[in-house]
Amino acid sequence: MSSSSSSSKGGNGGGFNFDHHLRNQWITACLQGNADASTTDPVPNYARHARKTGTTIAGVQYVGGVVLGADTRATEDTVVADKNCEKIHYLASNMYCCGAGTAADTEATTRLIASQLELHRQAVGRARVPVVAAVNMLKRHLFRYQGYVSAALVLGGVDEWHGPSLYTIYPHGSVDQLPYVSMGSGSLAAMAVFEAGWREQLSEADARQLVYEAITAGIENDLGSGSNVDLCVIKDGGRTVEYLRGYAQEQVRTYRKPDGYAFPKGTTAVLAEDFRKYVQVRKVVSDL
Amino acid sequence: MSGSNPLHYNGGVVLSMAGDNCVSIASDHRFGMSQLTLACDAQRIEPLHDRLCVGLAGLATDCTTLAERFRYKHNMYRLREKRVMRPRTFAAVASSTLYEKRFAPYFTEVVIAGLELEEDGKRGTSGADAMTDAVYRPYVCSMDLLGALMVTDNFALAGTCAESLYGTCETFWQPGLDPDALFEVTAQSLLAALDRDCMSGWGAVVHVLTPEGITTRELEARMD
Repeated sequence: MSSSSSSSKGGNGGGFNFDHHLRNQWITACLQGNADASTTDPVPNYARHARKTGTTIAGVQYVGGVVLGADTRATEDTVVADKNCEKIHYLASNMYCCGAGTAADTEATTRLIASQLELHRQAVGRARVPVVAAVNMLKRHLFRYQGYVSAALVLGGVDEWHGPSLYTIYPHGSVDQLPYVSMGSGSLAAMAVFEAGWREQLSEADARQLVYEAITAGIENDLGSGSNVDLCVIKDGGRTVEYLRGYAQEQVRTYRKPDGYAFPKGTTAVLAEDFRKYVQVRKVVSDL
Repeated sequence: MSGSNPLHYNGGVVLSMAGDNCVSIASDHRFGMSQLTLACDAQRIEPLHDRLCVGLAGLATDCTTLAERFRYKHNMYRLREKRVMRPRTFAAVASSTLYEKRFAPYFTEVVIAGLELEEDGKRGTSGADAMTDAVYRPYVCSMDLLGALMVTDNFALAGTCAESLYGTCETFWQPGLDPDALFEVTAQSLLAALDRDCMSGWGAVVHVLTPEGITTRELEARMD
């Protein structure tokens, strides 16, 4: 998203489009029975209907790399909208990024920066881009939007300049670099596990176990987090990535009726039925 | 209060379910203004090509605008590329169309149902990849009003009775449903949820997409 906002002509110059702002303010005011838009509730009701990732995300550095972890629950207000969503996003071959906050923001932001990183990598002609480059791009994007792009990120990666590195980036654009970090509504539960179990010079197996326990603490103690544990291990100078989708399934569903509910054909009363068969169109090459 | 939520003003719901080599997409027919029902012939599902449908739930004016924009974008793609969009390509287009208006959004939630060719790289021979003997797998996804994409392997839904629908779908859906069973499960899940929502209902329709063709069934539903 470039800094120039596209015009109401619907130009494709990149950036967010605010064409609907006044209209939406008016619609919201009308629905609240309030003709004066200036006194409308500043936090619109529909904002609560956006999909959030309540989320526990965390990461730990170890001697040879970093381990990232995330739960897999997405919520819409108090409803679980997705029981197995992916919160560890690809940034580059040596970097992954966990996202918490508004789902659309974490997805769009990481996807945007991923493409900018790839363009940058090709421009400089190296095999890998340093992790600090991604940190700078992400924090500049978030800072520019003053926290309104609500993405809280845990970024882990390995490069040949700084080795393994781990950052948190807050929605307003501030950055921390620490050996163990957590974010999201379950960050307190995860950090409690880290504070109790972290020590220097962790092995890869111990780091994995620690992140797994931290995410599990979030899943079990934070209502905004749930379902499974995803892990991502980046190591070997950024050349090897182990993306462990569904590393642990803590909360498997046990109450499904074994054979399901069968509805015999014809159960539903149908008023009209229509079948449109596809026609194959082939080009016939004539000899004439 | 849902009364002040533009997403719930006109009512309506869309549901899509994945089956074995088939996919369904269904919706109700109500168009209203809050508690007042104005019409019971609303069409929320827009077929984009033989194996791709998009369903739109939310504020009716935005649903109409988006349906037109999606059709326009798909038509332009087809002219430019001489082929139709794969479902996940279209999902990316829809997602960025919504996210562009992140801070002044369309009040619309999107459900996409499609059949995707089994081999990723391999494309059909002609424009409409007209190989009916090819293996397709269902593609089902939904997104919120800001364009957060959620791809599932079971069901996706949006609209005023989403909460009830989550319950019925969780209970009735199971993997490996054939087209007939998928229709019954989709219809029963939808009808049960509609009975617990006054903002949607007044007739319903279920489309089942298979590699051979598309079956459309109008359901007998409560009209109150």
